[in-house]
Amino acid sequence: MISRPLLLMNASLLDPATSREGPGHVLVRDGRIADIAWGALPAAPEGVEIIDCGGQVLSPGLMDLRAFVGEPGAEHRETLASASAAAAAGGVTTLVCMPDTNPVIDGPAIVDFVLRRARDTACVTVLPAAAITKGLAGQEMTEFGLLQEAGAVAFTDGLKAVRNAQVMRRALTYARDFGALLMQHVEEPDLVGEGVMNEGEMASRLGLVGIPREAETVMLERDIRLVRLTGGRYHAAMISCADSVEIVRRAKQDGLPVTCGASVNNLVLNEGDIGHYRTFCRLSPPLRHETDRLALVDALNEGVIDVIVSDHNPQDVETKRLPFAEAADGALGIETLLGAALRLVHTGDVALPRLLEALTVTPAAILGREAGRLAVGAPADLVLIDPDLPYVLDKRRLKSRSKNSPFDEARLQGAAVLTLVGGRIVFRAVQDAETAA
Amino acid sequence: MTAAPASFPHRHLLGIEGLTRPDIEALLDRAEDAVALSRQVEKKRTTLRGRTQINLFFEPSTRTQSSFELAGKRLGADVMNMSVASSSVKKGETLIDTAATLNAMRPDIIVVRHHAAGAVHLLARKVDCSVVNAGDGAHEHPTQALLDALTIRRNKGRIEGLRVAICGDVLHSRVARSNIILLQALGARVRVIGPSTLLPTGIERFGVEVFTDMRKGLEGCDIVMMLRLQRERMNGSFVPSVKEYFRYFGLDAEKLALAAPDALVMHPGPMNRGVEISSEIADGAQSLIREQVEMGVAVRMAVLEALATHLPNA
Repeated sequence: MISRPLLLMNASLLDPATSREGPGHVLVRDGRIADIAWGALPAAPEGVEIIDCGGQVLSPGLMDLRAFVGEPGAEHRETLASASAAAAAGGVTTLVCMPDTNPVIDGPAIVDFVLRRARDTACVTVLPAAAITKGLAGQEMTEFGLLQEAGAVAFTDGLKAVRNAQVMRRALTYARDFGALLMQHVEEPDLVGEGVMNEGEMASRLGLVGIPREAETVMLERDIRLVRLTGGRYHAAMISCADSVEIVRRAKQDGLPVTCGASVNNLVLNEGDIGHYRTFCRLSPPLRHETDRLALVDALNEGVIDVIVSDHNPQDVETKRLPFAEAADGALGIETLLGAALRLVHTGDVALPRLLEALTVTPAAILGREAGRLAVGAPADLVLIDPDLPYVLDKRRLKSRSKNSPFDEARLQGAAVLTLVGGRIVFRAVQDAETAA
Repeated sequence: MTAAPASFPHRHLLGIEGLTRPDIEALLDRAEDAVALSRQVEKKRTTLRGRTQINLFFEPSTRTQSSFELAGKRLGADVMNMSVASSSVKKGETLIDTAATLNAMRPDIIVVRHHAAGAVHLLARKVDCSVVNAGDGAHEHPTQALLDALTIRRNKGRIEGLRVAICGDVLHSRVARSNIILLQALGARVRVIGPSTLLPTGIERFGVEVFTDMRKGLEGCDIVMMLRLQRERMNGSFVPSVKEYFRYFGLDAEKLALAAPDALVMHPGPMNRGVEISSEIADGAQSLIREQVEMGVAVRMAVLEALATHLPNA
């Protein structure tokens, strides 16, 4: 299919890979960035479709390394179509879907199924992560080589940590031969126990069982020692506390092949947001103390935290309208990822180029993808951002099939107004400001 | 009857947290009336006549449920008991569905006990009537704290300035949490005593003194409040054995002798004799345990009456 070239003119360009910012124009042709003109617009080519960006920020599209999608197996919560529509509305042009499906993504045929379904129904790029262990059972390794050939971009047991140190050691060792990346959910299950929120005074006052920070740090320390032993590539999916920042910092200083992420929730919320038992704030890892949140923000600025993820996890009312201790973990996030993360920019804690770096080029680099750059020849996965647009989030307007957003009724500022994947417009905000209010 | 008691400015009683000292004192004063009433031959009042009270117990409890039942009946309410064994919760109905179903029956007051912290708050948001928390997980058990306070006040004449020790499994205890908040609000100095495995993280930030040596902790205490240790926590999970627990944290005559000479002993029941308390002490002259049960009915009458003043058409 050949479409007309598209000229995105009069934008404020931002390339997080180079931190270059400034007025400019982007020409999109055949799904790729054909030309970039910084500064004044040279003569526009003939026969192009033109979109006036009105001076708003044009950035590479976001890449989310951690999204749970209910397809196959829990389509009532989320399908690839609904997740990708939510992603597009949030400026996310690539999402990595987790293997916690039914059946589990632990064989090449299921990777193939997900990729075909995504091709047919999803409007953004979907990259499947496959399980580290068969059936997510934590015992037997999956076929890393065949899975990668089928299109798996990384390996993770999703919501679960690989608990058995021997299994993890072998997985890291074997993965090294294939250059495969292991993304671990860093929680030691025995120390989590019956815990449902951050351990500390708040949990004690609410009468809820706490999850100590050591549930995370013990697993993280163990894994990093195994990385040192094996040389396998390791990505801590999400860290949540100050001590973990120090552990990752040391590992990086030692030159180990370690990267890490943080959930946007842990970067902008804290345990106080649970209030009187709000189950939409029941998350794994749990929301921690404000001092932990501040340490994560610093770590993001320093680059100890490489990427920000949405940890998008759709849950229905049956799993959330329960007493806190009986409710499921998880929150929607992919559609609010950008708006929530921009809180850090509006508070002056993080500069916009650094924020977008952690949402675009760095996750792409970790997966070895060419997306996430504003460069000639790069895929035309782009998002036009109005960073100042104020609104109150209304969960009924979210495109996800589920509604468990911790930001429902929150005041947010900044949103995607136009999203392109491979040069194709997959989302365009309604221009009428009244309806957004 | 005496002069109209001070008004109680809350629609529900979900916890001690959120109550002011005047709120608590008004309830205790009201309960004094109920004690007097309950000691008469004619024990009934008509404050709740025509009202419907549902006792919804997701956790079995003989004493709290019968205490609330008696309290409601003495005030003239129609009382219905619903326990988990006979309800549709076992068939997969959620707490919120149960709440909606009961709400449609137009009760005036629902008394709820649930094994999960916060469950009573959740239910209270979904119904139109008043809700009383009869214990939610390890969170709060406000009527127990009120009855403890009433018992102490009647025996010591005051709560202000008393030194109160709360001993044992504080970690899993809603009684301890409610009592800490209430006793501090009324000016008592509270200590908690227990092995560190049974103390909540951050307990020192509740403004209490923390002791892991019971002998030191009991020194000079006016009130010794023992907590129940659940059987499943005795065998190696939180403490190694009953024998070891009783040796270091069980209340016997020798340890009690370290407290103030006129110290009084309390226990919310049901007791594990020989685990957290010896029979000699439980049945001894310093024990208030049976009086606590009597005060339980009175305090619950006071709570129901106070909430009834906010019911429609009251």
